[in-house]
Amino acid sequence: MTDKVLSPPAHVEPVVFTREQLDWLPWLEPMAEQDLTARHMAGLVDAARAKSPYFRLLARDPEVLEARTRTDKDIFYNPEAGLPRAERELAAAATSRYNGCIYCASVHARFAATYSKRVDDVDHLLAKGVGADLDARWNAIVAASVALTSTPIAFGPQHVDGLRKVGLDDASIVDVINAASFFNWANRLMLSLGEPAAAGG
Amino acid sequence: MSDVIDTLAGIAPGSPLDAVRAQRPQARLHAQASYDSLFTPLSDVDASKLERRAIACFVAGLHGRPEMEAFYGSGLAAAGASAALQAAIGAAVAAARIEGPYGRYPKGPLSAEDKAGPVHRIAQPTRDALGPRLAAAFEHTHMLVFHPRDSAPPYLQALLDAGWSTTGIVVVSQLVAFLSYQIRVVAGLRVLNARPA
Repeated sequence: MTDKVLSPPAHVEPVVFTREQLDWLPWLEPMAEQDLTARHMAGLVDAARAKSPYFRLLARDPEVLEARTRTDKDIFYNPEAGLPRAERELAAAATSRYNGCIYCASVHARFAATYSKRVDDVDHLLAKGVGADLDARWNAIVAASVALTSTPIAFGPQHVDGLRKVGLDDASIVDVINAASFFNWANRLMLSLGEPAAAGG
Repeated sequence: MSDVIDTLAGIAPGSPLDAVRAQRPQARLHAQASYDSLFTPLSDVDASKLERRAIACFVAGLHGRPEMEAFYGSGLAAAGASAALQAAIGAAVAAARIEGPYGRYPKGPLSAEDKAGPVHRIAQPTRDALGPRLAAAFEHTHMLVFHPRDSAPPYLQALLDAGWSTTGIVVVSQLVAFLSYQIRVVAGLRVLNARPA
């Protein structure tokens, strides 16, 4: 049995939430690039992901990786109806902030800031946490994401009412539910299979 | 082919939420494909179907969602679980429920947000009934469900020591993480479905 836990190389561990680009170092052996077959490449969906140790580790179960990736892309990238991209990313960032996934929060805080242009509000969420006062609409989206992320799940009719009050229709509310729920999937993989590192460290 | 999320959320064909979900067709299709790949895998060498079903029951129980417990409980029975295993999972759930997320941050400014909580250990009689692989998987699952930011290499070493392969650990991780998603989507959609605009 050659399976073993990896010791990451020397690196600088991020100790705050940030919008900076971070690296991710695996604790288990990813597949080697030269061992990726057509089945694994299908699981990666984008060929460029063969460079990522995270995706090459998940490629050990290519069918689940492919389904996970296609679920992710539709929840966040599908432009039809529902919530603007910036606010789907806000739900992802808030969920990651609450679970404590510094890596996921960095990626989706960057996207939320880019698409909303509300850099200060995104930074406030990262610095202060999910209790940060943003504005009525963003507060409602963050509160709904946090309630869904809690175990036991605390999401109730008051959260639906709160989202409607700030202008979300049912398609938008479903986007909040999908985005926050999906990051309860993503956070757990990123947190438990490796660790973040300052880029270029 | 039935869609597990629609079934568990009570979304009927032709209903308003059915139409809303149809606007994210790939997400809907591939959430179901994720479920199918996890529970009807092409290969179960690294994690057996019974192990997958047992872990799913434990995750559903940890979330305290009756609809999920009933669904995954019947899946476990259908997978051929003995009465002793079913009872052991029930006992494991009862001993393990707590509130999350808690856990520690890397030492620094975020340490002020550290939230203390237990590292769960399966008690001896239940451990014997589950066997070493499932007992280790359940302890890992408890961490993933309630305090994922406490993750560290020794948790993975414990799984390797109990006989899980690297690929098996990826499968268990995907399983628990996927269920953390599916349970929340179902919970959210049920609330929305019961609250028409």
